Amino acid sequence: MNRIRMHMLVCGGTGCVSCDSTEVKDALVREIMEHGLENEVQVTITGCFGFCEKGPIVKVYPDNVFYVRVSPDDAKILVGEHVIKGRVVEKLLYGDTPSDIPFYKKQMRIALRNCGLIDPEKIEDYISVDGYEALGRVLTGMTPQQVIGVIKGSGLGGRGGGGFPTGLKWELTAKAAGDKKYVICNADEGDPGAFMDRSILEGDPHSILEAMAIAGYAVGADEGVVYIRAEYPLAVERLQKAINQAEAFGLLGDHILGSDFSFRVGINLGAGAFVCGEETSLMNSVQGGRGEPRIKPPFPSETGLWSKPTSINNVETFANICPIILNGAEWFSGIGTEKSKGTKVFALAGKINNVGLVEVPMGMRLGDIIYSIGGGVRGGKSFKAVQTGGPSGGCIPASMLDISIDYESLSETGSMMGSGGMIVMDEDDCMVNIAKFYLEFTVDESCGKCTPCRIGNRRMHEILSRITKGGGTLDDLEQLKDLGEIIKICSLCGLGQTAPNPVLSTLHHFYDEYEAHIVDKRCPAGACTELLRYTIIAEKCIGCTLCARSCPVPCISGERKKVHDIIQEKCIKCGICYKKCPVDAIERK
Amino acid sequence: MPLDASAISPELDIFIDSLDSRDGVLMPVLHKAQELYGYLPVTVQNHIAERLKIPAAKVFGVVTFYSFFCTAPKGKFKVSVCMGTACFVRDAQAVLERFKSQLGIGAGEVSGDMMFSLDALRCVGACGLAPVVSVNGKVYGRVAPDDVEGIVEEYLVKGGQNDERHKD
Amino acid sequence: MSGTKIKTLDELRKIRERSKAGTKLRLTGESGNRVTISVGMATCGIAAGARAVMGALIDSINENNLENVAVVATGCLGYCYAEPLVVVTVPEEKPVHYANVDEDLARKIIELHVIGGEIIGNSQLITDGLT
Repeated sequence: MNRIRMHMLVCGGTGCVSCDSTEVKDALVREIMEHGLENEVQVTITGCFGFCEKGPIVKVYPDNVFYVRVSPDDAKILVGEHVIKGRVVEKLLYGDTPSDIPFYKKQMRIALRNCGLIDPEKIEDYISVDGYEALGRVLTGMTPQQVIGVIKGSGLGGRGGGGFPTGLKWELTAKAAGDKKYVICNADEGDPGAFMDRSILEGDPHSILEAMAIAGYAVGADEGVVYIRAEYPLAVERLQKAINQAEAFGLLGDHILGSDFSFRVGINLGAGAFVCGEETSLMNSVQGGRGEPRIKPPFPSETGLWSKPTSINNVETFANICPIILNGAEWFSGIGTEKSKGTKVFALAGKINNVGLVEVPMGMRLGDIIYSIGGGVRGGKSFKAVQTGGPSGGCIPASMLDISIDYESLSETGSMMGSGGMIVMDEDDCMVNIAKFYLEFTVDESCGKCTPCRIGNRRMHEILSRITKGGGTLDDLEQLKDLGEIIKICSLCGLGQTAPNPVLSTLHHFYDEYEAHIVDKRCPAGACTELLRYTIIAEKCIGCTLCARSCPVPCISGERKKVHDIIQEKCIKCGICYKKCPVDAIERK
Repeated sequence: MPLDASAISPELDIFIDSLDSRDGVLMPVLHKAQELYGYLPVTVQNHIAERLKIPAAKVFGVVTFYSFFCTAPKGKFKVSVCMGTACFVRDAQAVLERFKSQLGIGAGEVSGDMMFSLDALRCVGACGLAPVVSVNGKVYGRVAPDDVEGIVEEYLVKGGQNDERHKD
Repeated sequence: MSGTKIKTLDELRKIRERSKAGTKLRLTGESGNRVTISVGMATCGIAAGARAVMGALIDSINENNLENVAVVATGCLGYCYAEPLVVVTVPEEKPVHYANVDEDLARKIIELHVIGGEIIGNSQLITDGLT
């Protein structure tokens, strides 16, 4: 008889594992064994809870108590107090119950529904929360056309960034002529700062396999491929385990659940090329070649992998499929805005208090995500902008915090939804420098096929470097705009078509910052070191010589008890004197 | 540790033989080879080309296209500084600079004694811990430039210990 | 992990019912509208036999397939003379304290009170005026 009275769930997402959550689990198990409680208390590693800022996270059921920043040393007190005596350990608490934590209050978890609830390495856990029920219902009671009808009716759009209607994509692939077809799951999550796909694969891998099988049934494919970054070893491992389990249970393979439908899934590893997130590049890579894009049309739905009709969807898109089948198209289309349906997962990061993964209904106010869920800007600094859409997106300024989060509104700001990265920036971040950072990324990642992207982005990067060093002219700004527009029009794939967005959007919203760099030779945020000028305020200096002694050049002169001076021509702007001065007599401008 | 053709282990051939003789196996073979040797020198690339019956130029083209594949050996301790956006805005650049000066090598280089190699990498997805550094897969979170010396020290000690053990 | 292949949707559903035991505690914990049964598990409670009482409560909940009942260990409630002590809290109702609970009474608490909605009067701890 099952006498387990308590479950302790330890977060096994990459963020928490990096802060020793595996050791926390081991320590808890050790303590429980020591007290002979192994038949009463079960310790489970689960997927990402999303609240990465406070990791490692331990959740206790059925009391529903949420512990944060747990260290292996805390295992003793958790077991001794909470497990044995039933007393909640206050010092590790974030709030009374998870629903009271503002971070979770405004969220609506569909794609992340099982992350942090089930053991991703146990297919029984997944089955117990209605896993594979959707596939069962599809195979026993629906025609492929009906499945496509439900997905179309739900209004689900591609979550990789484009927002293309998923149902339509399936329909086109289903209608394409061909004896052999493929389903691909795009898990090449290359956008720096976005990690929702990885979290879903790590926390709920079966939901992706089930959805891929449903897609296979709908489009008439018997083979699926997950193309995943080699940089995600934990996700790859859990996905492979899930495939093996599903095959052992007969939920993947031949004649699934006694039907005529057969479906298999294989894993292909990427190798660190951002452009492979683009579907035609991805397919070239799966075929063993360089991941360069090709002209569309023909679209993958007609000529895809190995020239066969292929439906290619992103991880988060797949994560929405099973709930739609189980709850119906109307349920899903009732969530969100008129044009953007359902929820979207965002990875909140940067200068924000609650870094983590959040899932909210489309149409939520941008400011609500940043302040109500994200807890506002760190260290009491002021909010400057939020970058969405990664290297393809743009920066949204403080004046636009009231916009609604949906595909259309974000595009109107000059940014885009993208894969859902949201990097918050404060007063210390220089927008010119950020634009330069993203361009550095695209210059690195451009595959080189189209000249405007390969060379144009490099030229834009050179201009930005010049501006951040104080050598820019106002003509440069016009040139940036021209180049940007040309690159967008003349590039073949999404990478080039969106690469100039970070520059164009900051030019639009933060023109004055560019001007300050060029006209006043000044970086308002104090981030561009070469434009900084350190000076000693004579009235404050006490002549302690600390700055002169710490200067690595050295370029500070002055005798004891007398006012010091910085020789500007020699200064390398390292900022050490600024940090060392005990009386704040050094000014940085 | 230069690698000549005779040093190519039979394991790679066994792996190649185990594959269905279908197209598209080049990437998995390269992943396997890099797992075995730590990098992909020209001798290994040539061997793969021969075994898969494809031009060596194609192998070279694919290897150099993907940043995950490297053609030069890495150090015993692989230091990667995350330069994803979340880390960037929390001043990962300063951490990278400190590693450069501490180790005396640039990003993408390896130290003369083959002990350390340094790379800037894009997002390990632990954005809550930004800035993040990983050394041989172990992740260090919320790293400040002043923590760098301690991290390097930790591995210098480890490196020494391992050498001692080899002597036994 | 059982290696037998699932061949029909009904088989899948049977496995689901069996597997629910593994995740039930978590789903119960997530549900807002749940009955909470607290068992005093401080030193004196355990010495008086609270562990066996808790086991009987859990067994009975599982036997009756109850979905939204959470058994929670709690600390000393102060009524040492009445241990083992069980407190049943039904949403929006006053908590009911049971004193000197044994395994038999534990089963009755589930069957009569939690399922039947009837308070077992003669086993109730009179708390009025005590707290």
